[in-house]
Amino acid sequence: MSDNHSTADLKKHIRTYMLVFLALLVGTAITVGLYYVHFESVALTVSIALFVASIKSFLVAGFFMHLISEKKAIYAMLFTTAVFFVSLMFLTIWAMNDYPVIKP
Amino acid sequence: MEIPYTVEARKDTGLYNAKVGIWLFLASEVMLFGALFSSYILLRVGAASGDWPAISLAWPHGLLNIPIGTFNTAVLISSSITVVMAWASLKMHDFGKFKLYMGLTLLCALGFVSIKTYEYHEKFTHYEVRLQDGKIMTGHIQGSPMFWDLKTLADKKITALDFHPDAAKHGAKAGEAPAAKEHAKHAPIPVGEITYLSAFVPKHHTFFAIYFTLTALHALHVIGGALVMAFLWLPGAKMWKTDPERFTNRVETAGLFWHFVDLVWIFLFPVLYLL
Amino acid sequence: MQAPSHTAEHAHGHDAHHEPGFLTKYIFSSDHKVIGIQYGVTSLIFLFFGFALMMLMRWQLANPNTAIPVFGKMLEALLGDVAKDGIMSPDLYNSFGAMHGTIMVFLAIVPLAFGAFGNFVVPLQIGAPDMAFPRINMVSYQAYFLGGVVMFISFFIPGGAAKSGWTSYSPLATVADLAHRVNGQTLWLLGMVLLITSSLLGAVNFITTIIQLRAKGMSWMRLPFFVWAQFVTGFLLLLAFPPLEAAGIMQLMDNLFQTSFFLPAGLSVSGNPLPVSGGGSPLLWQHLFWFLGHPEVYVLILPGMGIVCEIIACNTRKPIWGYKALVNSVLAIGFISFIVWAHHMYLTGMGTKISTFFQTTTMIISIPSVIILTALFLSLWGGSIRFNTPMLFALAFLPMFGIGGLTGLPLGFNATDIYLHDTYYVIAHFHYVVAPGTIFALFAGVYYWFPKATGRHMNEFWGKTHFVLSLIFMNLIFMPMFMQGLAGMQRRMADGGATYSMAYAKENNTGTQDGLSPKIIKMNKTVSHAAWALGVVQIPFIINFFWSMKRGRKVTSDNPWEATTLEWQTPTPPPHGNFTTTPEVFRGPYDYSVPGHKKDFTPQNQKV
Ligand code: HEM
Ligand SMILES: [Cu+2]
Repeated sequence: MSDNHSTADLKKHIRTYMLVFLALLVGTAITVGLYYVHFESVALTVSIALFVASIKSFLVAGFFMHLISEKKAIYAMLFTTAVFFVSLMFLTIWAMNDYPVIKP
Repeated sequence: MEIPYTVEARKDTGLYNAKVGIWLFLASEVMLFGALFSSYILLRVGAASGDWPAISLAWPHGLLNIPIGTFNTAVLISSSITVVMAWASLKMHDFGKFKLYMGLTLLCALGFVSIKTYEYHEKFTHYEVRLQDGKIMTGHIQGSPMFWDLKTLADKKITALDFHPDAAKHGAKAGEAPAAKEHAKHAPIPVGEITYLSAFVPKHHTFFAIYFTLTALHALHVIGGALVMAFLWLPGAKMWKTDPERFTNRVETAGLFWHFVDLVWIFLFPVLYLL
Repeated sequence: MQAPSHTAEHAHGHDAHHEPGFLTKYIFSSDHKVIGIQYGVTSLIFLFFGFALMMLMRWQLANPNTAIPVFGKMLEALLGDVAKDGIMSPDLYNSFGAMHGTIMVFLAIVPLAFGAFGNFVVPLQIGAPDMAFPRINMVSYQAYFLGGVVMFISFFIPGGAAKSGWTSYSPLATVADLAHRVNGQTLWLLGMVLLITSSLLGAVNFITTIIQLRAKGMSWMRLPFFVWAQFVTGFLLLLAFPPLEAAGIMQLMDNLFQTSFFLPAGLSVSGNPLPVSGGGSPLLWQHLFWFLGHPEVYVLILPGMGIVCEIIACNTRKPIWGYKALVNSVLAIGFISFIVWAHHMYLTGMGTKISTFFQTTTMIISIPSVIILTALFLSLWGGSIRFNTPMLFALAFLPMFGIGGLTGLPLGFNATDIYLHDTYYVIAHFHYVVAPGTIFALFAGVYYWFPKATGRHMNEFWGKTHFVLSLIFMNLIFMPMFMQGLAGMQRRMADGGATYSMAYAKENNTGTQDGLSPKIIKMNKTVSHAAWALGVVQIPFIINFFWSMKRGRKVTSDNPWEATTLEWQTPTPPPHGNFTTTPEVFRGPYDYSVPGHKKDFTPQNQKV
């Protein structure tokens, strides 16, 4: 079974876990730090914060949840979910922002 | 016939049943929190422009306690690493270490919930007042009672409200709000002058509505996950003796859920506290 | 979390000397067949209950504001002033209407199609001993049952059951009963949370079972179409329900804690400003509701299609035409159904771009539906059809669903929907899909699998009687509604359209000459009579069902219909663990009349 790592393998994994842990703490620090720096552009602040959050979640999902090396069935499932989530968010926002404007 | 693949993986999928199950469950959780995130975005984009509280329907900023939120983020991230270590310890047949790491995880969970409770209490004792002359203040009431409003004042027959306004203006530039702790001078406000009084509770503003809804739902997940892990830590750990492989699988599944809860918080924290 | 732990009850079931008590065997069982039957019986009761509500409402529509004979007094005794002197008040009509929709969708059809048939048949058809997580399966049923209890109790609390339609649009749902803090809507939301939990647990279980527990040789393209339909249904429930759960939580906050998720600023109720902060969006509720709502209609229909497909293959004695096309279509439906939802919201003032998008996807999704229907029709070609009761219901499904589906197209176009929206045309359209459509498929399934579950056949004569009369009355109910709707009669009207009282003015030659014609209003009477008649003709079914359990003709073999799928290759009724030997599959699901074979059916687990 591919799940059955040898102890040496696991030792390597544990190193990765620790690195990821550090990266997560650093990411948190960056996000909070940026808050105090304060940019003029709101869009920039939002983008950076969400970008860092995405990286962090990628690390958690990829390494702690082993998504980096998961089975095809799970990828397919999550991909489907992601598509539906994006369409829920995107289409709702689009719908709420597309309304007829009555010209005088 | 017995149900197959409860412990060993099925050949063509490479997965054992519970793993498929937990990922499906997490997929539905993605949609649950995804819908709430979408709602957050829509409410926020739909909010009036301008500075809160002068414009009451504008979106407030900097009302949450950032240092504490940051600390809580670190707590949750740490619990993620301990739970993965607990699983890895089992894989290396080190039951003692498993007990240790699982215990640490539970400690983190407890810490997270306690801190969250403290934060909630902070909000429930923080008030917005509007006066007849159009002045709007945020601050605390003497004795820090929770959930007061105009009706409470009437019921308690209070004639003057001993109110400590916050020194810094909310909606101020980042960096000022959390630092300013010193309270401005104050005199009790005659109740007749107050037109509006509300603690920072869900109904006060849609920001608080979505903040409390999202964080409470998240906290429920933390508590649920902690209960499962507490089970695996104490009574459930007996299974290590009888069926170690299945026990390891259980810890892995519980861990997957726990990481997901962590992952949700990774988004909640910047979105609610910082942006 | 989801870690299964059923060795205990499994060992238990295999212990031949230990007879499980009544409670463990029938009430707290984790056997998928027992749970399936629990789902089946409970949901059939709810089906009748939801229908009973409608039969009462039909009195009010046919004879507005007159006392309901016999039952009116009972309603007054049970519910008090809302049924004063046996007359159904508008409030009561609203409650009954909202609960009719809710009960039919969430407590009757879905649990029957997915919970009952899915549970009973899917593990058998894929050659599995049980569901992947038997205890979660049991909890799923219990959550469903509790949800039903909560919904039922809501009729009797002060203020009565939810009144804002099965769609529970905000702000109406929040302000409909301000007199009671905990009101029908609150219980509706709590009930929904339980029902959603039940569905989620069920969906996780079904999908895992189908992915993991297929017997050796049961590759994906050898799955019976019914299993495919349930698989897609599982995904719809899994991914579409959570957004409604989120919306439900937010509406619960609005109702209990006066938040403003769905309430705009400046809202007044009966002239009084509502003391809320405002800043929310009523449209947000509609988006989240219909994000579930549309996939939900496929949840209502796909299992029905699956049942019909099985029965048609068996009773035409030939392979289904276009199995691959069916599978691809059902997958396509699954995907596209997530991006069509706002066709329910054309009247909310959406802009042209987004409307065009949703019109396009709606038209696209009709293609796979048409493919499925066409494939099923073509499957009849050249078959030597056995006209038994299940087959009759299955055959009737095809044109009934056809009518329902095709009349949906005008609702998918913005321009026509603006006229048709919220009229009886809509009611007729979706009832053709779910009532003579899905319900007929479900009846077909009951008659078809009854021998497997009980070891006895249902009576054919009464089955056919049930079929013919149901078919007639179903059409008498819903066909006139198309005409009423086209004439402009609005749905959700407690006075049967008399609001447009110019109809009466016209009849008496007073007033203007506009409004609904009296003919249209009078159709209410025809429809109501047909609805009551439909109720009466269910009596043969009910008696047949119970009588046949004890007295029906015994089956002479484990495979009385001479079918190919695996559920017929088990003992009858199947024991705990289902199969006596581990099944292995060698062929596709519909090997009927294979040239050169001795018999006209070759079961999936037969090598040659
Ligand atoms: C076969 C017997 C049935 C009859 C005679 C019937 C009749 C009706 C009628 C007349 C209405 C419109 C009420 C109004 O607008 O005031 C209605 C509404 C509705 N029905 Fe049925 N129905 C039946 C079965 C079903 C089934 C099987 C479903 C399952 C999905 C269903 C779902 C609904 C829904 C969702 C509504 C809309 C409720 C609302 O306005 O919120 N009905 N029904
Ligand atoms: Cu739709």
